[in-house]
Amino acid sequence: MADRPNTSLADRAYRIRRNAVLMGEVQGQGYIAQALDIADVLSVAYFHAMTYRPEDPDWEGRDRFLLSNGHYAIALYAALIEAGVIPEEELESYGTDDSRLPMSGMAQYTPGMEMSGGSLGIGLSIAVGKCLGLKRKGSPSFVYTLFSDGELDEGSVWEAIMAAAHHKLDNLIAIVDINNMQADGPSTQMMGFEPLVPKLEAFGWYAQRVDGNDIEAVREAFDRARQHPLPQPRMIVADTLMGKGVPFLETRDKSHFIRIEAHEWQLALAALDAGRNA
Amino acid sequence: MKPVFSPPTPGKPRLTTSAMIASIAAEGQATKPAPFGHALVALAEGRPDIVGMTADLSKYTDLHIFAKAYPDRFYQMGMAEQILFGAASGLASEGFTPFATTYAVFASRRAYDFIHQTIAEEDRDVKIVCALPGLTSGYGPSHQAAEDLALFRAMPNMVVVDPCDALDTEQATAAIAAHKGPAYMRLLRGNVPLVLDAYDYRFELGKAKLLREGREVLVIASGILTMRALEAAKLLEADKIGVAVLHCPTIKPLDVATIEAEARRSGRLVVVAENHTEIGGLGEAVARHLMMAGVHPTFRHIALPDAFMAAGALPTLHDRYGISAEAISASIKGWLG
Repeated sequence: MADRPNTSLADRAYRIRRNAVLMGEVQGQGYIAQALDIADVLSVAYFHAMTYRPEDPDWEGRDRFLLSNGHYAIALYAALIEAGVIPEEELESYGTDDSRLPMSGMAQYTPGMEMSGGSLGIGLSIAVGKCLGLKRKGSPSFVYTLFSDGELDEGSVWEAIMAAAHHKLDNLIAIVDINNMQADGPSTQMMGFEPLVPKLEAFGWYAQRVDGNDIEAVREAFDRARQHPLPQPRMIVADTLMGKGVPFLETRDKSHFIRIEAHEWQLALAALDAGRNA
Repeated sequence: MKPVFSPPTPGKPRLTTSAMIASIAAEGQATKPAPFGHALVALAEGRPDIVGMTADLSKYTDLHIFAKAYPDRFYQMGMAEQILFGAASGLASEGFTPFATTYAVFASRRAYDFIHQTIAEEDRDVKIVCALPGLTSGYGPSHQAAEDLALFRAMPNMVVVDPCDALDTEQATAAIAAHKGPAYMRLLRGNVPLVLDAYDYRFELGKAKLLREGREVLVIASGILTMRALEAAKLLEADKIGVAVLHCPTIKPLDVATIEAEARRSGRLVVVAENHTEIGGLGEAVARHLMMAGVHPTFRHIALPDAFMAAGALPTLHDRYGISAEAISASIKGWLG
């Protein structure tokens, strides 16, 4: 975060997307559409909201960020590289043997990766425990946790939603990525979770719904989440567009795992550049 | 195995299923109340990192004693085992040492993935302490954790402990607290039999201890089956059958050196006795090691069947499934011919 202090959040988001596409190119695959959809949220989290020290990822005073949806690791690595937590050179090791950047995020592999995700529906539970622990220590740090709309199908998420409200965890800021796509199809068709904001409010949360690709709106939502005066956990429901920033991916037939041809990675980078300069 | 029913016989009373919270101690047996709860309270005084957590079962796991002593270090997570263990991982990641309690069935079966991913894989310092291990409830399969040792043995990073009595439970509680990393301990709660004080014994994590010598038979046992093996050994004295009992309360890591050394002593029938399904517990662990080591004594296994067991009174069930002292001694006599 120390370098490029005057870089705008939009520029940060561009670089996160670019890092992700470069990693996708290394692998020839990856959850790139999800990385593109969540880049704006990660830009605001890492370059506006959170306190941390890139050179000391375990610094006690940091805000914690828990990635529940482990397959979004490509997006988080992209943000951690931009933040200076992971060296840029490591980008090309993504998903290769003995890399610190495995395809699914794991706590013991990567600096700045606070949990092992991938078994969906567990991040919010760990976040509850971390929030309880930070409160025990009298720490002012926040716990941010990102999870996906598909995880709302898991009962464990609702156990954690109840527990966070019951224990009045006002140091918890959860972000759910509503890209409306899970493994078998559109999330809302797999298991209806709407209306989500009233549901969360009924469960005792301070909930906001924003366009997750409108950086200014996301920034304001993070600010409100941090400043909310009541002793309750906070949820940002972020509607996002898979493939955001790369028009030919935004309009491609949607699926959980979007296939990209070998020649398309460079086209994707070019599209990002074009969007940035537009 | 289908349940077998029989109509009541007039004038012939039958044993009734005891309450969930009842003691497993036999009538007149020496006991100690809530050894885990009291041991944890004693430990917590010098260990501010220790916190207690439960999923609506503090009274049924003796954690209420800790909750009363340290109300601000106790977390009630509701009747929800996934959040219990997920949150325990989170607390551990912030430097605390949670003792998380529930019934063995719920930890091993319902919350397995949470323990696997958030505790074992992340190598978090969480102690999982679970009541009603093996066949210690008459409520049927919903509460009979016959397969917990197999499941937790199979989990990398997990230490697995099956104490025998109140003394063992107290000392094992301190030992798993001192151990850095995840641990699963079977819990005997309420008025817990006190047996091992009569022996020159101390619990050491990862160590098996020979409690008594015997020339004809070596019983390798854990948990309450050690207590039963000691009783069976006394019964068999009358028939001039010498039974050695090797207590093996740490199921993982297994003290293979001691087990192998005892099993190598020639001529003895080797019996593994455990309050657990015959699949995947101490018996198979011992058999595998002896086989690999080229030690081939006559080997027998006293364990619960690979079946959903009946509801009923524990003494009835322990007889039926061969883990009462009488049943064990009869089995051994039969094997010796």
